[in-house]
Amino acid sequence: MKDILDQLEQRRAVARQGGGQRRIEAQHAKGKLTARERIELLLDEGSFEEFDMFVAHRCVDFAMEEDRPAGDGVVTGWGTVNGRMVYVFSQDFTVFGGSLSETHAQKICKIMDMALQNGAPVIGLNDSGGARIQEGVASLAGYAEVFQRNIMASGVVPQISVIMGPCAGGAVYSPAMTDFIFMVKDSSYMFVTGPDVVKTVTNEVVTAEELGGASTHTRKSSVADGAFENDVEALAEIRRLVDFLPLNNREKAPVRPFFDDPKRLEASLDTLIPDNPNQPYDMKELILKIADESDFFEIQKDFAANIITGFVRIEGQTTGVVANQPMVLAGCLDIDASRKAARFVRFCDAFEIPILTLVDVPGFLPGTAQEYGGVIKHGAKLLFAYGEATVPKVTVITRKAYGGAYDVMASKHLRGDFNYAWPTAEIAVMGAKGATEIIHRGKSPEEIARLTKVYEDRFANPFVAAEKGFIDEVIMPHSTRRRVARAFASLRGKKLVNPWKKHDNIPL
Amino acid sequence: MFQKILIANRGEIACRVIKSARKMGIKTVAVYSDADRNALHVQMADEAVHIGPPPAAQSYIVIDKIMAAIRQTGAQAVHPGYGFLSENMNFAAALEAEGVVFVGPPSPAIEAMGDKITSKKIAMEAGVSTVPGYMGLIADADEAVKISQQIGYPVMIKASAGGGGKGMRIAWNDQEAREGFQSSKNEAAASFGDDRIFIEKFVTQPRHIEIQVLADKHGNCVYLHERECSIQRRNQKVIEEAPSPFLDAATRKAMGEQACALAKAVGYTSAGTVEFIVDGNRNFYFLEMNTRLQVEHPVTELITGVDLVEQMIRVANGEPLPFRQEDLKINGWAMESRLYAEDPYRNFLPSIGRLTRYRPPVEGPTLGGGIVRNDTGVYEGGEISMFYDPMIAKLCTWGPSRAEAIEEMRLALDTFEVEGIGHNLPFCSAVMDHPRFTSGNITTAFIAEEYEGGFTGATLDAETIARVAASAAAMNRVAEIRRTKISGTLDNHERRVGDDWVVTLQGVEHAVKIAADPEGSTVSFADGTSRRVTSDWAPGQPLARLMVDGKPLVMKVGKISGGFRLRLRGADLKVHVRTPRQAELAKLMLEKLPPDTSRFLLCPMPGLVTRIMVEVGQEVQEGQALATVEAMKMENILKAERKGVVRAVKAAAGASLKVDDVILEFE
Repeated sequence: MKDILDQLEQRRAVARQGGGQRRIEAQHAKGKLTARERIELLLDEGSFEEFDMFVAHRCVDFAMEEDRPAGDGVVTGWGTVNGRMVYVFSQDFTVFGGSLSETHAQKICKIMDMALQNGAPVIGLNDSGGARIQEGVASLAGYAEVFQRNIMASGVVPQISVIMGPCAGGAVYSPAMTDFIFMVKDSSYMFVTGPDVVKTVTNEVVTAEELGGASTHTRKSSVADGAFENDVEALAEIRRLVDFLPLNNREKAPVRPFFDDPKRLEASLDTLIPDNPNQPYDMKELILKIADESDFFEIQKDFAANIITGFVRIEGQTTGVVANQPMVLAGCLDIDASRKAARFVRFCDAFEIPILTLVDVPGFLPGTAQEYGGVIKHGAKLLFAYGEATVPKVTVITRKAYGGAYDVMASKHLRGDFNYAWPTAEIAVMGAKGATEIIHRGKSPEEIARLTKVYEDRFANPFVAAEKGFIDEVIMPHSTRRRVARAFASLRGKKLVNPWKKHDNIPL
Repeated sequence: MFQKILIANRGEIACRVIKSARKMGIKTVAVYSDADRNALHVQMADEAVHIGPPPAAQSYIVIDKIMAAIRQTGAQAVHPGYGFLSENMNFAAALEAEGVVFVGPPSPAIEAMGDKITSKKIAMEAGVSTVPGYMGLIADADEAVKISQQIGYPVMIKASAGGGGKGMRIAWNDQEAREGFQSSKNEAAASFGDDRIFIEKFVTQPRHIEIQVLADKHGNCVYLHERECSIQRRNQKVIEEAPSPFLDAATRKAMGEQACALAKAVGYTSAGTVEFIVDGNRNFYFLEMNTRLQVEHPVTELITGVDLVEQMIRVANGEPLPFRQEDLKINGWAMESRLYAEDPYRNFLPSIGRLTRYRPPVEGPTLGGGIVRNDTGVYEGGEISMFYDPMIAKLCTWGPSRAEAIEEMRLALDTFEVEGIGHNLPFCSAVMDHPRFTSGNITTAFIAEEYEGGFTGATLDAETIARVAASAAAMNRVAEIRRTKISGTLDNHERRVGDDWVVTLQGVEHAVKIAADPEGSTVSFADGTSRRVTSDWAPGQPLARLMVDGKPLVMKVGKISGGFRLRLRGADLKVHVRTPRQAELAKLMLEKLPPDTSRFLLCPMPGLVTRIMVEVGQEVQEGQALATVEAMKMENILKAERKGVVRAVKAAAGASLKVDDVILEFE
């Protein structure tokens, strides 16, 4: 009996060694942690329960049957993050370079099925050279099985991908369909075809880092939602993100104790809007002053910075924030900003996270680049996302809300629940000068200047919209946190159901 | 008494004057430029008059505009504050012509003291000690030696036309005087085409110590003791105190009496300051007289209990001084830190922008038995504009002794929250902990000598680090426990927060064990020592007030991944608190080098590019001027740090840049 028990421990010890000490050291030398070390950092201490530790591949080609390491290059199981359940898979680069075999894929699929059934997020830690070439089409089939589950889980449980090493070829499409992708700077990259193929096909010379490093995907492609300095920081921040997310789409956003008065007044917000309407200010200051404890988890910080997206808590409950940023491109909407915000709004709506929208938008960015790029359809994505969202929606217009962009930004007309405006708000079809020049075409410049002033006095304020009921209340900037907190509190019981449909047809 | 006075100033001093006037039941009128429309002094005053565009030359120092404001509001007197029109005799004369009272000295006194040479002459005649020297022409080296002997070594041999150290020699004996005279003469002739030379006493270990005087219109004049202002950066005072740690009673009395003698000699009334330079042997020499209220007057008020502004107003109203010299005692010690919007980590470059957070310490009596006072002209949400003096506040503390006043200042600075702009608060904190400062052994060269390579943040001593580490561990435990209280946890399988932690601080790991009880935490270190931490800090609060082993510790708390950014005592720390296993794994992470920015010329401060002096392809030498950036009305010349070739010009003249924006790129 004793021998048999010992044997289990021995087998476990071997499995935990993965690809062996030498490969573990090589992984460490690159500043990367092993698959199991990463899980240790991701989950609460001692909470990880591993599945399929002894699974081995079934390939018999290319003498593969002689090397059948336990676990087959991926560690899977479940554990808790601050006591809440999550499922996790972590690819082990020390075993066949983390390459995906049929059995490797089956392990991932098993925990995804359980996550879906039991209603808990899936967190994938990706560090894989790609398909297990020796297994050929079986490996491709494995990817597709994972893809199908990503699709089925989408909108049911949150899915988070952390790219902590290579992720190339077909492998990229699993993270691509998850809710969030984060990368580790300098040690991760993602691309469909690598630098060698790029060179052969297009003659472009590009490094892996330039082609698909963290900087590329957070700034240029927007494939990634954020990047972190190293494995330790990345996993600590994923824990922070998980604390913002509901476990599944049947649950409300999580609540935790907070140490910040919901009635806190911020006198300094009364001077946030500069006297000069063309002078920018930092919308993040408003977000931080509304949020509990100034805690803000920003999504896609480095992409389309003219719109800000991320999570805060209000009275301890997760709230999604979408805000125009006047510091960048005057806060206008363009293709990138619309896509970024639309995806964020849909995530919030899918997972019952209330949405706070802060508006200072002079309109859509004009120009051939935008029109040729299809700003019509991309802009419509954000409009669509807001319009279909049934979660509590509170909107505060701080300054400009011009034209179609006013409609888009969670206006009353798109079923906004509370639409507030600061006294500095200007809700109008366009800026005063432009409007006057159209209405009074052909008048002298002096006359236009006078009429612009008349227009400003009449329309450059929130009261025309308030008269029509498009604004529920004009509020003092200093009381914004109090008003917003109370508004969301009143919406805790909100029930709104869209008509039955198989699914909608958002302009993708 | 006056019914209404106008304050021809802005910022903290305008607010300061309004406070005293209000206390006396006098209505106040503020004046403001476009940039100050929402300023604190405008909010505090009973009335406010707009006087023009932001530049002071078009508003605050335009006499006609102030006069118009006086007429418009019917103010009977004007307090000029400091700077601007405070020492402008034309202004004083203009007021006199309209029958408006100037809260300050009579215009002849301003005129007499306004000129360096005249004032020195008057001082000498009044029996005030001046720097011994020989102003006449010196024929040859022999005469130079003779004069030097008369003055007493060391002496400074200076070219009349000199400047920038050229033609200047210090001599400690006859031979050096002889040689110095000759070389100064040669150098002066070559550099300035003017070989006239004069000799004066060279003051060693100089301290800046000044005497506050107050005189009424009835012939009474008293001195309110001294202030020491030796902590200066490029002649800008940073930290002042009263009394001076250096003066003895006899010297104080001699200086005070001479200061009064000078005041009487020029028919002075109101508050004024006689500045002296004091050498290592307590010899003091007259420098100049400031015929106005001084910036650093609060320290005098704190040790004498006299409201100088009130007395200035009363004197202006013709009242006699309510006290005599013997009534004016020194009570305790006062410190003042001038908070400037200057970034100490960037060589004190000016910083402008919005004060996103501004929470000064609570004014009044402290738990430690001291007093905190903060004279300020800004508020949270206000703007530090580029048009005026970058001073944000004058933080003053009082304690029964110098050591206690310093300790009060340390806590007050740690409690003072200023965010949104760069400021010198960490630097002031560092000075308060500097052993040479606390010893009182200071000179006007203190900053230049002790911070020769600039300021990079204070280094905390081992005990403070242990206190910070213990506090961080205790705070982290509170934050971790809160994390476990989230909704949706698995019942009966909740996360338990452990007791063993590793605090990493400035690259050093401190393994600690926390034993928590309802009152606080006892944090034990590997070396067997422990620290007792109690605090009401809750996660997210930006200021942590703790008691560590019964002594207060105040820190500014920011968020970083896996820990805190803690700021205290002039140090800015990234502190990680991890489980032992997390700490072990964190050690495997590679050290990343910061990106190499040496190929770029970066904008060192927010400002306007006024000139780009190089073009693409041009070779530049080390020290060559490359561009000028204007900020706070100051033109800053950016020079090449090394030889190189310009590859690209990224900003044009007229561009408005942020900190670290790229101006030039080198090959």
